[in-house]
Amino acid sequence: MDNDELKETARLVRGDVIEMLARAGSGHPGGSLSAVEIIVTLYYKVMHHNPHNPHDDNRDRFILSKGHAAPTLYSILSRLGYFDRTHLWSLRKCGSLLQGHPYTFDTPGIDASTGSLGQGLSFANGCALSAKLDKRSYRIYCVIGDGETNEGQIWEAAMTSARYRLDNLCTVLDFNELQIDGRIQDIKNPLPFREKWEAFGWNVFEIDGHSFEELNQALEQAKEIKGRPSIIIAHTVKGKGVSFMEGKPEWHGTPPTREEADIALRELGFVDGVTL
Amino acid sequence: MNKVSSLRSAYAETLIELGKKHENLIVLDADLAMSTKTVLFKNTFPERFFDMGISEADMMGTAAGLASSGKIVFASTFALFASGRAWEQVRSAICYPKLSVKIVATHGGISVGPDGVSHQAAEDIAIMRAVPNIRIIVPSDATQTRFFIHEAYKTPGPFYIRLTRPALPVIYEDRYNFNPLSANKLKDGEDGAIIACGIMVFPSLKAAEKLQKEGIGIKVFDMSCIKPVDRKAVVEAAKTGHVVTCEDHSTIGGLGDAVGDVILSEHPCYISKVGLSDRFAESGSWNKLKEKYGLTEERIYKEMKNLLIKVRQKT
Repeated sequence: MDNDELKETARLVRGDVIEMLARAGSGHPGGSLSAVEIIVTLYYKVMHHNPHNPHDDNRDRFILSKGHAAPTLYSILSRLGYFDRTHLWSLRKCGSLLQGHPYTFDTPGIDASTGSLGQGLSFANGCALSAKLDKRSYRIYCVIGDGETNEGQIWEAAMTSARYRLDNLCTVLDFNELQIDGRIQDIKNPLPFREKWEAFGWNVFEIDGHSFEELNQALEQAKEIKGRPSIIIAHTVKGKGVSFMEGKPEWHGTPPTREEADIALRELGFVDGVTL
Repeated sequence: MNKVSSLRSAYAETLIELGKKHENLIVLDADLAMSTKTVLFKNTFPERFFDMGISEADMMGTAAGLASSGKIVFASTFALFASGRAWEQVRSAICYPKLSVKIVATHGGISVGPDGVSHQAAEDIAIMRAVPNIRIIVPSDATQTRFFIHEAYKTPGPFYIRLTRPALPVIYEDRYNFNPLSANKLKDGEDGAIIACGIMVFPSLKAAEKLQKEGIGIKVFDMSCIKPVDRKAVVEAAKTGHVVTCEDHSTIGGLGDAVGDVILSEHPCYISKVGLSDRFAESGSWNKLKEKYGLTEERIYKEMKNLLIKVRQKT
């Protein structure tokens, strides 16, 4: 898939996210939109996976530790054929295949049940240790949020990854600078990230998290780093792609109304709404 | 006098036995391997043992990731930290997706002793019982511990197995025919029933024997599997009209309440709960603490006598 096709995929995913959240009447637009290029690059360019065999033992694993970005993941999984697209419109509804946050039992293609922040990196370490024990070559990808690094367990896990030299693990930090209550610097201030992760024994890349070229390059380079885990600090914009959501913490956990969704969709180039 | 044997050693020996047969068995600990005895597994299979350091939440998450990749994971630390510190990780990362993580929590109850309240888990059964998909086991001796470690290995899904710090009298012979879901009836009688678990089973048996000498026939059930609880055994106990439960745990939310729930819905009768009564204990030897906090053979004996008198007066 070339760069233009990736960009078009990202646009389509953003359209799905807006439509899903408007229909669900709840959910998290800001952090779903900031992570679009990251997750699109992983699923369309980097990861080995098979929509027809979601439990393939040799697949790369994906752990969305910032589970509230589930709509982005669900859109991508449906576009790749893990499940039918019509399920997207029942997100968060009783009896749906798609829980508010990822759940392995209900949804094909979900490797880890997440949503309570701070827990996914430990799970990813477990997957990475297992791969090492079995001498398998699959890789583990984990996406964490910047606000999520307030959780102590992230740093417990960061020590574990380095201690066991988990070079088959690559974490992407969606650095959109905002959490629910405001700017990350104003809440707990987890900065500086680069120095912290380096001090914890990680190999660090720092890139533009909306650039497919930079994401792809860092994810490929991370495969060559041996003896320690890699983290890609991906600078992103919360609410990316929808002008009135960009950089606004209030769009962390508020869904668009139908009217707002229609404006957003027009901005994204869906003049007649998304194709259901 | 029964021989006394360590449940923790039985656990570690069984891990090694299983580890020899099963490559997919992994053991995690949180810097307490000497105390939980998982160090014995570490010495035998160093490549399949991971010390996660003093980070119980991280240990449970890592265990979940390993289990999701096809491993059967035994994760050990003290009961207070396994249940309390890491409760949400156990709930969301392990129990919700039904992963095969076997939490073997040592140092359960106030029988931990001199370390004091900070290390005495008297609420762990209560908080673990509230979580769906997990089986809760409190073995009463080393033989039963071995049985349930085997059982946990071969049964898919999460387990919480609570072991004691003190070594306990051996109740069951090596070849005892356990049923994992059934209470073990250790003594029969028609006048009342004691339902106990873990460290309190042996004193319950002694109390029942003392009552027997006075002509009072008491059933004694070892309810090692607290979740799911053996409802049939509870009803059988309730039919005597007098049930005393007994556990080294708070009287809130533990074995007593698990039994009480069944009694209330299936065969109402008088029930009295022996345990730690909504308070914290303190530092001290188990011998002193059990006297002070009412976890003795004598206390069980009195509780049953009082219950028999109370019911006779009321009816």
